[in-house]
Amino acid sequence: MNDNNDFSPKIVGFLCRWCSYQGADLAGTSRIEYPPNLIPIRVMCSGRVDPVFVMKAFSEGADGVMIFGCHPGDCHYKEGNYKAIRRFHLLKKMLNQFGIEDERFRLEWVSAAEGDLFAEIVKDASEKIKSLGPLNWKERVGV
Amino acid sequence: MGKPKVAFYWCASCGGCEEAVVDLNEGILPVVDAVDIVFWPVALDFKRKDVEHMQDGEIAVCFINGAVRTSEQEEMVKLLRKKSGLVVAFGSCAHLGGIPGLSNFTTREETLHRAYLGVPSLSNIMEITPQEKTESEFGILELPEFYNTVFTLDQVIDVDYYLPGCPPPVDLIVTAVTAILEGKLPPKGTVLASKKTLCETCERNKTKPEKLAIKEFKRVYEIDIDPEKCFLEQGLICLGPVTRGGCGERCIHGNMPCRGCFGTVDIVVDMGAKFLSALSSLIDSNDENEIKRIVGSIADPAGTFYRFSLPASKLRRTRMEA
Repeated sequence: MNDNNDFSPKIVGFLCRWCSYQGADLAGTSRIEYPPNLIPIRVMCSGRVDPVFVMKAFSEGADGVMIFGCHPGDCHYKEGNYKAIRRFHLLKKMLNQFGIEDERFRLEWVSAAEGDLFAEIVKDASEKIKSLGPLNWKERVGV
Repeated sequence: MGKPKVAFYWCASCGGCEEAVVDLNEGILPVVDAVDIVFWPVALDFKRKDVEHMQDGEIAVCFINGAVRTSEQEEMVKLLRKKSGLVVAFGSCAHLGGIPGLSNFTTREETLHRAYLGVPSLSNIMEITPQEKTESEFGILELPEFYNTVFTLDQVIDVDYYLPGCPPPVDLIVTAVTAILEGKLPPKGTVLASKKTLCETCERNKTKPEKLAIKEFKRVYEIDIDPEKCFLEQGLICLGPVTRGGCGERCIHGNMPCRGCFGTVDIVVDMGAKFLSALSSLIDSNDENEIKRIVGSIADPAGTFYRFSLPASKLRRTRMEA
């Protein structure tokens, strides 16, 4: 637990262009309030998110990484999000071995109509990562 | 002008790379004819002060094997860098961290505890562990500092070329040494092996089905391995898709899957993450629970995907508490 209330986590979010990015847009146009911790990056598909992107984000200072995609069955490219599920579970297991907690790395499904859900998820992730404290990778590994 | 001077040095390594030089057999004779070996701790009795007395850049080329994990190794490679025109990282450990680099999954304390106290077959009743300073009747004795983290050679000094492999195969050594002696040098930073991945030249590629689909990952001792079929098709983890070729496929011919000692190709940023990406897309399921079960059949993903390259990876080591 981290008592430092000033800590504001940096979360890198990869948002699928077809569903989740639209969902995030809807959250904005609907004026739903949510914490400003997520840095959104638009990708063509959750299946486009190379695990290297995730490792790079953590190694360069992200406190959390989130991948947002279309609900299973709704992928614009039919099965990109299934590939994302497979990579996600293996990568999560591997990140655990490096000492990165489950809460810091999430895969979530948000459709273009779910602006409220998007805001809810970002709020939840921000709170959980805030309570874990900063990851500060470079400093923690001492290089 | 005398013959060009050559030096060999070893850091955190097993000695297999030295063996690889000896494996040149009579092929070493023309090399010895063409050069003067001025420093080679495993074979010749030259001391550190001999190197210190040399002019800067006096050694034409220095081959350094082993990863860097002690203060002594750091000092020595910095000294050799100063005295050498070219530095070649020789073998997986100098190139990528290698097997010693796996100790980046632990801390210095855990490593020393395991080595000096924890190993079941060990007898260390006095519980003696290495100390950096020990007082004795002869004064204070010093040992080099043992670092928390293992480094690749190029994280400590500037490196000109890399000879990959655990150990580098003889033909690549001969080609590299010949190129250096003849002055036919590729651009700085080149890894002196194939530019393609192992899969591209693997004989088993011919028998590989159009689409690989894996329901369960196996370990090599669990099955009778078919000597013709692609290892991935048999559910065995083979790092061929991301590993640099040019090794002569020694493991494949020995009916063992690739473990990645050559590191990856130039365009890949992080070998383990890239392999994870390739491997998990072969999982033959769209059901989240089944995917979790299949992923669960990989016992040690980080140790397997970064077996030789952990210190060279994006994350470099496990997290330590700040």
